[in-house]
Amino acid sequence: MSALRERLRISNLPKPARYSLGALGLVFLFLLPNKWFYEYLGIPLGFAYIPLYTTKNDMASVLFICTWIILLSLGLNVVVGYAGLLDLGFFGFFAVGAYVVALLTSPESKLLTEYNWLESPWPWLVAVPIGIALSLLAGVLLGWPTLRLRGDYLAIVTLGFAEMIRIVAKQQDWILNGDRGIPEVGHPPGSVGGEPLFSFDAKPYYWLALCVIILAVFLIRNLVRSRVGRAWVAIREDEDAAELMGVPTFRFKLWAFAIGAAVGGLSGTLWAGQANFVNSTTFSLENSILVLSAVLLGGAGNIAGAILGGFLVIYIPEWLRSVGDVFGLPETVTVGGSTYDISPTSLRFAIFGIVLIVVMIFRPQGLWPNRRRAAEIQHRKKEVAVGE
Amino acid sequence: MLLEIDNITLLYGRIQALHGVSLNVGQGEVVALIGANGAGKTTIMRAISGIRPVASGKITFNGEDITKVRADLRVIRGISQSPEGRGVFPGMTVQENLDMGAYTRRDTKEIAADLERVYGLFPRLKERRKQAGGTMSGGEQQMLAVGRALMSRPKLLLLDEPSMGLAPLLIQQIFEIITEISKQGTTILVVEQNAQQALSRADRAYVMETGRIVKEGNGPALLDDPAVREAYLGAA
Repeated sequence: MSALRERLRISNLPKPARYSLGALGLVFLFLLPNKWFYEYLGIPLGFAYIPLYTTKNDMASVLFICTWIILLSLGLNVVVGYAGLLDLGFFGFFAVGAYVVALLTSPESKLLTEYNWLESPWPWLVAVPIGIALSLLAGVLLGWPTLRLRGDYLAIVTLGFAEMIRIVAKQQDWILNGDRGIPEVGHPPGSVGGEPLFSFDAKPYYWLALCVIILAVFLIRNLVRSRVGRAWVAIREDEDAAELMGVPTFRFKLWAFAIGAAVGGLSGTLWAGQANFVNSTTFSLENSILVLSAVLLGGAGNIAGAILGGFLVIYIPEWLRSVGDVFGLPETVTVGGSTYDISPTSLRFAIFGIVLIVVMIFRPQGLWPNRRRAAEIQHRKKEVAVGE
Repeated sequence: MLLEIDNITLLYGRIQALHGVSLNVGQGEVVALIGANGAGKTTIMRAISGIRPVASGKITFNGEDITKVRADLRVIRGISQSPEGRGVFPGMTVQENLDMGAYTRRDTKEIAADLERVYGLFPRLKERRKQAGGTMSGGEQQMLAVGRALMSRPKLLLLDEPSMGLAPLLIQQIFEIITEISKQGTTILVVEQNAQQALSRADRAYVMETGRIVKEGNGPALLDDPAVREAYLGAA
């Protein structure tokens, strides 16, 4: 049985089979937001037919949210999964990317209206590299003093960083407009038959984000298979030992932090391009936690795991709502005159709390873990058992 | 002298762990450092490999002052350590652990030769090449830690408690291999609680108590010293 499973493992299939599987998967993903395609996806279950697509929100929008969350999990996976650094404020880098794009591309930006730094709004495409670069810089600035510390200190400092950005965005009016936010953020370029390709329909953004994810996966994969990746794994498994092997640990931790931050910022620039409106409410702490849960749920230290996790944390609550819709379940209940929202989307943090606890008990390495990481966790368990 | 430590002090926060320690290790020697728990033996090792900065004093290696040199650059200069508690990378295979030992090197052919040398010293590791480090027994992990430290082709090998937690037969075996490594030309500084084994195999030895060196001499002579016998060998 296990021999068969081993042979069917994707990495053990012959090359042509692997490539055609990959190509088929990509075609599927690119067709997914089309109604004529996803309409046919569902589970026949006796009398009822449960659609796999979402009915409450349009499928393309949900898929686009999945993609930018996946991008965030990919970035955080480098930091938490590979280098083993606990970052609780990862959404802060997303906020940097989003605000940079908003400030540079919106005609309402105070850089134009009050400070006259810009003559006219910049195109989205020009703002993106600047957003990525500034997120990376934020990562380096935050990591430089803190990565010399170990363990819990880093978690606290990153938590503070994300909250700081949110609170500054909320309360300081001189540039980020507080809760009124920045409207009319620029869209990506391109047009089809005179109509702009990117406006308010989520579908093209999903396709764009999918391409960005593919690119990010290739870059990250090459990185983790290089000397850099070996150094990260060594640092995660035993930082002192890594240093004794001649790994400049501080430098590689900073690298991981900066690369993670850049990918997080990239996700923010994509999101801002579609959202069209940026204010502080998006950058709440829950979102940092959501991305962290995505990485841990999927399987830290594995790219495929991070993607799976990012997809599940967004898609499952949305899908549950749709299932509720199909069976006519109410989204609110009224008890004693007050109405409570019980839709899976608003309850998702409670649901994920429970799911995460269950997964961490029965499968601490995540749903789709790195094989090495699984062995490492086994070892920790043994150490704890010996220590008792 | 290959390694000269001149009057170093080291602090853990406000606690002073080393009070002006001086010791030296000559080319080709096996030097032992013995002492009770908490005497500061491991702290000296950490100071030599650069994981902990010293507060004052000077460390000279191969004629150069390395007191302020970063830990990873000390590996390149030829200092390699098998840490206390082995520090094996649990998720990496034996082979990957050994490859990590050669992290600072790029001379692929020479690395392959050194890998064969390590496998020659520890045939057990060759059998377990593809096993995850964390799933091996204590003795095997100790062999892996020593083998991995050799993979950087060090001038000076630091061994921190190689006998810790091992059965007597395995301790004997580990020390025989240490003698063999020394014969192959590597200088060794070994920290031990197992004073009997360490003193009988060392050219010279230092005895530590509460952050100070209290005695030094050649190994066999210290083995006969009544004070040492009483304190570390459990015999009057």
